[in-house]
Amino acid sequence: MLIDLFNHWIVITLMMCGLYMVIAHGNLIKKLVGLAVFQTSVFIFYISMAKVDGGTAPILADGIVHYSNPLPHVLILTAIVVGIATTALGLSLVVRIKEAYGSIEEEEIQQQDIQHQKNNAHTKVKLEEEA
Amino acid sequence: MVVAFAIIRMKDLFAVVMLLGIYGLLSASFFVAMDAVDVAFTEAAVGAGISTLLMLVVIAITGRKEKANRHKPLPALLIVLITGGLLVYGTLDMPHFGAADAPIHNHVAPRYIDDSMAEVGVPNIVTSVLASYRAFDTFGEVVVIFTAGIGVLTLLSVARRKEDDEEATAINDSMHEQHLVIRIVAKILIPFILLFALYVQFHGDFGPGGGFQAGVIFAAAIILYTMLFGLNTARKVINQTFIQLIAAIGVLLYGSVGIVSLMNGGNFFDYNVLASDPIAGQHLGILLIEWGVGCTVASIMIVIFFNFAGRRELYQHNQVPQNQEPS
Repeated sequence: MLIDLFNHWIVITLMMCGLYMVIAHGNLIKKLVGLAVFQTSVFIFYISMAKVDGGTAPILADGIVHYSNPLPHVLILTAIVVGIATTALGLSLVVRIKEAYGSIEEEEIQQQDIQHQKNNAHTKVKLEEEA
Repeated sequence: MVVAFAIIRMKDLFAVVMLLGIYGLLSASFFVAMDAVDVAFTEAAVGAGISTLLMLVVIAITGRKEKANRHKPLPALLIVLITGGLLVYGTLDMPHFGAADAPIHNHVAPRYIDDSMAEVGVPNIVTSVLASYRAFDTFGEVVVIFTAGIGVLTLLSVARRKEDDEEATAINDSMHEQHLVIRIVAKILIPFILLFALYVQFHGDFGPGGGFQAGVIFAAAIILYTMLFGLNTARKVINQTFIQLIAAIGVLLYGSVGIVSLMNGGNFFDYNVLASDPIAGQHLGILLIEWGVGCTVASIMIVIFFNFAGRRELYQHNQVPQNQEPS
C-alpha cells in the first residue's frame, strides 16, 4: 500500500521547504530558520520510524507487550539539544556579521567584500608605483 | 506543513520566528502521538521555548525586515524539486509506517526492550539506553553542547560596565508598571517550573525525563525570569561566572564517572563496578551522569541567552563600534 509511506513524504516535503529556504533566501536569519525546519523534519523522520502499530511509549510496565523502538528516541533527544546549541552558535555569528557589515543580507555582504578587494588592489598598485 | 509554507512566504522575520515556535510545538505534540514522550518534552521546551526566544533577541539586534529580492528562486526550486523527487523515489522501498517487522526494530532494539530491566534496572528504556548502553555517545553530545557554549561566549561575550547598572535599574522600574500582570503571573509560575525541572531530572529513571529535558526546562524558567525582570536583575540572582563553572563541572562529573569505572576495573562508563551490586551501580552511575548532563545543558543555555541579551543591551546603548568597511 503506497499510502502507508505517507510519513516519509511529509518529512520530504518539510525537508525540501527547509532546503529551499536555505538556498533561495538571502537573509541569514531566514537561512537559519530554514535549517531549523530541515532539522526538525529529520527528527520527525526518525521518530516516525520508531513507531510500532499498537505499541506504547518505551517505559516498562506490567501487561504491555509492544513498545515503540527506544533507540531513535534517544538519538533525537540528544540531537534536539545539540541542535539548539549549534543554532545559537550560528545566530551569534549572524550578530557578529551584522556588526562588521551593517547588514545580514547575503548579497550586500558580498558586494561590500568585492568593493573592499578592489580598494585593496588599488592601493597595492599605488604602493608599487610609488616604490 | 502549512506552517512551513507560511514561513517561506513571510517577509516579516518576527512573524517567521513566531511561526517557527508554533512549528516546534506542533512537532512536539506529534512526538507524543508517536509514543516518544521524552523527545516531546525536549522539543516543547527547546523548539517552542528557547529557540524562539534566541531568534527574537537576534532579530531585535539585526532588524526585522527581510529584503524583497530572492536570488535565483527558479534554479533553487528546480534543485529542490529534483532532490525531493529522488527522495520520494527512494521511499518506495522503505518499510511501511508502523510496521513491526521493519529492519530497525530487529537489530539492537529487542535487546534493549527485553533485557534492559534485568541489566540496568530502570523502567524507562530511553533513559537506560541514553545513560548506560550509549553513555559514550551521550558524553560526546554533552561535549558538543559545551563547545558550542564556549563558541558563543567567545563570539559575543562583553565586558560588563558598572555605570550601566543604574541606568538599567531605571528602565526596569518603568517596565514594572507596564507588564505588571505578566510579572506577577511569572513570579508565581517560575518556582513551579524550577520544581518541575528537578522532578523531571530525578524521575527520569521511572517516567519520561532526564538530564537533557530537565536542563532545558530549568533554563527556560531562568530565561523567562530574565525576559521579564531585565538582564541585570537576573545577573544579580545568577552569577554568570558561577554558571560557567557549573557547565564545566557538569562535563567533568560525567567524564569522571567513566574514569572511576575504569579505575574500578570495568570498561569506560561500565557502571556495574561502581557498587557491590551491579544494579545499584547502574542506578548510581545513571543518577550521576544525568546530573552532569542536566547541569551542563541548563547552564550552557542560560549562558548563551545571557550573552545574546547582553549584546542587545550594548546595542541599545550604542556602544558597539559600527565600522561599515571590514578591516
